[in-house]
Amino acid sequence: MPSYSYPPMENRRLIGKRITRLDGIQKASGKAKYNSDVRPAGTIHAVGLFSPHAHARVKSVDTSAAEKAPGFAAVTVVAPAGTELNWAGQEIAFLAAQTEEQAREALSLIKVEYEILPHLVREESLSKAGVRGKPAGEQVTGDPDAAFSAAGAVTHEAEYGIPVITHCCLEPHGQTVAWDGAANKIEFWPSTQNVSAVGGDLAKQLELPATSIHVHQDHIGGGFGSKFQSDNWGRESAKLSKMAGGKPVKFYLDRREELTIAGVRPSVFAKIKLAAKPDGEMTAWDSTTWMTGGFGGGGLNADLLPYVFRNVANRRINHTAVSTNNGASRAWRAPNHPQVCYITQAAMEDLAAKLKMDPVDFFLKNLDKTVRADVYKAQITKAADMIAWKTNWKPRGSSTGTVRRGLGLAIGTWGGAGHASQCRATIHPDGTALIEIGSQDLGTGTRTIITQVAAETFGLAMNAITLKLGDNNYPPSGASGGSTTVGGVSASTRKATVNALEKLFAAVAPTLGVPPEQLEAVDSKIQVKGNAAKSLTWKAACAKLGVSPIVETGANDPRNPGGLTTGGVGGCQMADVSVDTETGIVKINKVVAVQDVGMVVNPKTADSQMYGGIIMGICAALMEERVMDEMTGRFLNADMEFYKLAGAGDIGEIEVLMEVTPEHDKRGVIGVGEPSTVPTIAAIANAVTNAIGIRVPVLPLTPKNVLNALHNTSRRFA
Amino acid sequence: MHSFEYASPATLKDALGLLGSSWSDAAVLAGGTDLISSMKDNLATPKRVVNIKGIKELSGISKSGGGLRIGAAVTVDELMENALVRAEYPSLVAAARGMGSPQIRNMGTVGGDLCQRPRCWYFRNGFGLLAMKNGKSLVEGGQNEFHAIFTDGPAKFVSASSFGPALIALGAKLKIASAAGNREVAAADFFKSPAAETDREIDLKPNEILTAIEIPAAKGTKNATYEVRNKEGLDWPLAAASVVLTMKGANVASAQIVMGHVGPTPVVAAEAAKSLAGKAITEETATAAGKAAVAGAKPLSDNGYKVHLAAVAVKRALLAAAGKA
Repeated sequence: MPSYSYPPMENRRLIGKRITRLDGIQKASGKAKYNSDVRPAGTIHAVGLFSPHAHARVKSVDTSAAEKAPGFAAVTVVAPAGTELNWAGQEIAFLAAQTEEQAREALSLIKVEYEILPHLVREESLSKAGVRGKPAGEQVTGDPDAAFSAAGAVTHEAEYGIPVITHCCLEPHGQTVAWDGAANKIEFWPSTQNVSAVGGDLAKQLELPATSIHVHQDHIGGGFGSKFQSDNWGRESAKLSKMAGGKPVKFYLDRREELTIAGVRPSVFAKIKLAAKPDGEMTAWDSTTWMTGGFGGGGLNADLLPYVFRNVANRRINHTAVSTNNGASRAWRAPNHPQVCYITQAAMEDLAAKLKMDPVDFFLKNLDKTVRADVYKAQITKAADMIAWKTNWKPRGSSTGTVRRGLGLAIGTWGGAGHASQCRATIHPDGTALIEIGSQDLGTGTRTIITQVAAETFGLAMNAITLKLGDNNYPPSGASGGSTTVGGVSASTRKATVNALEKLFAAVAPTLGVPPEQLEAVDSKIQVKGNAAKSLTWKAACAKLGVSPIVETGANDPRNPGGLTTGGVGGCQMADVSVDTETGIVKINKVVAVQDVGMVVNPKTADSQMYGGIIMGICAALMEERVMDEMTGRFLNADMEFYKLAGAGDIGEIEVLMEVTPEHDKRGVIGVGEPSTVPTIAAIANAVTNAIGIRVPVLPLTPKNVLNALHNTSRRFA
Repeated sequence: MHSFEYASPATLKDALGLLGSSWSDAAVLAGGTDLISSMKDNLATPKRVVNIKGIKELSGISKSGGGLRIGAAVTVDELMENALVRAEYPSLVAAARGMGSPQIRNMGTVGGDLCQRPRCWYFRNGFGLLAMKNGKSLVEGGQNEFHAIFTDGPAKFVSASSFGPALIALGAKLKIASAAGNREVAAADFFKSPAAETDREIDLKPNEILTAIEIPAAKGTKNATYEVRNKEGLDWPLAAASVVLTMKGANVASAQIVMGHVGPTPVVAAEAAKSLAGKAITEETATAAGKAAVAGAKPLSDNGYKVHLAAVAVKRALLAAAGKA
């Protein structure tokens, strides 16, 4: 078996280099086609009818008037009479017409009668949630009561909260789909993070063989964990297409629907008590947390508490998932981690202030409660240098004046090992090289890194590789979730290209008069190792293949990745903020991040992932909040107007240090999309607290919440 | 959005002839930044849309008397970049710049800013302008962090206009035309707090078009606008204030203070303005005026913070007008 190891660091031409993403110009110039741009000839348009009530029973649905409307093509009812609707936005019917306007006009003619039922849409009060809360059962380790009451113990007790936020994909969920009923074939253009398996998911929903679905996707406008399934709208749009004689049906959620029903990140609210010895050694943790993941519950993994500093000797953990009349949660970039990072490390920062300790010292003192103390120690020390912590940090509340500056820190962790992935490499006799892989480029640079790995192996230039992805006819590759893509596709590409190159060596070895294992591929040549004089150009070498191309595959097996990928990383972020104490407006001066991420295939796209993750953290820390109204049961700010996201002017400076050393490199490739966003919120919240001298208990750090904290008018949990 | 008839008349007379006696007969389209989204949400369902962007009489900024005449269809960007405006009316420039989206400044018009509908999320979600349900205010009992802190009647939304407070403070007059003739209304009287669901929040009838804004001469007065916005980019102010100061030496002879985004109409702070007479603008006097301006505020359950913000906006607008920001 050949060695699949990546070339040694010092010998790499392309891997590890800051190569600009291959589709950047296409995207910036608008040439890149997203599936929401796809409109095959004859496309008709579908729209959905969604429940206006948070909780109701459907008494009747009458589509007769709609079916007579101009342009009407087909209608399906998914919530017939008798159906209980459990959130505002739940699907009732889908309707297709020749144009989108006609579809909307016709949809408005569908008559639905409802029996309104009582609802609960807000979860911040656990007592009001009553029976809607499902306690998970208490977990106790050690003797927390004894530790809290031990002589000399310094305790801190407070409430923290972080609201539900949504994914805000710029390209909403949806698809174009064409079902040729006679041939029983479906062409499917979904906006998906899951090219290889989403077709099988749709087939299952439609009770068709998986082979009948052909998935296409060149580009996706954001998913962040919310686009793995084919969804109700995918299934119903397919049915509408079949009913309309196989015409392609285009359906995309509008902005309000996108925010309301296409997935959200669960909230977390917490009552936390923790204790330390006077020297800062944390001795006890007690948390009561609750959250909502929508009607179906769904939830927090309370095993993550206390986050990262898991091995506090004495701990009591209670957690309750509250079922509310809201749409379901979906995975959101590093599920659970940003929320539990915030509630844990905000409480720790508060205890450090009570102990009159610098939080950097307090975190360092307690790193023995983590599973990677040395990694975090080095990262905290480095990040502190980058943000000039020793110079700029002042004890909590000692900043004066109208605008007050503060610093804060947080640390996080993630997995990020490569997923299952298969790749097919073809070397044609004319010298062209083709890579096929059923993966997707979420905008992270997947095209670029696959091409880098293939070109590195073949000794070719980047532009000598033709890469095809985004089609489920290519060898299957995992869904892009959990930061698993870069590790998976790099490994499968490496293996497929090494296998293909072996075959090429065997074909040209007789000509060069040495055994195949003495050959190498460098500078677009196949040559005897170390002897450029004894060589064939790549093209001449491939000509030796005669008429048959080499076709080889390679697979990443997550259970046996052979050193090409691994998981488990740490990261530290520190934030420097200024708070206008008259307006409550928080400005980010700077966020620094130090990240452990194994072998970095492309530092430029890896940095971009860090920037993106940190920016999402800034948005969540400063602005994002789903506002549910108990009176109407509705999501009031399901728009991009009062659901606020940070813009370029709000982000401040971001400085990233990716740890690239032989020590890190030998771990293989690890994904960085998710660890990048974990510590940001907590670091910013801690910086704001440091600046203004008081904790803003519930995020986001809006003028309202900051001023309420400053004027001591923050709402308490009921 | 429902189907509608579209007209693009070349003259004001033709445009007026295309309007009707009710809001559902016809809607006036200028920049469309509010109307189009309102139509998509079925909040506006006009049978006819009358585009007024091609009407010359509604365009242009020119000297008029000692002041300025601003055509209602002048875009926000045109206003912001106009040399006459920049020279004398920094309060209008600041209000324009506060609309932090070049796209909206390029499309949106001055008249449209004054005539746009409120952004109240109950209204925009289809619960009505007053958002009443079973005789109770959804705003009072629900989520009101962005709502009014000055309310007497049933309306709890805030006027969305960015230019309203500045134009009121400057003593502007609005020119309004209908097929029956022309009329003029003081900017201060243009905004209304509706008492009933069918009332409008501005003094404009379905058969009328706002044609121009006339601003008196600045005559050496100092004016400024300060908006508190959470975001640097496109974002509605949480509170805003526009001020005009007539100085006598280093002291204020008279002042106008008008707050925005705190009530169903811009809110004139007459007492606070009076209290400045004879005083220099300092951190102390500006702070005191800000506090006086919000003395009558009656915040709802979740917007007490806006009382602080309105006071700060007044203070900072005064300091900016006095060149002390």
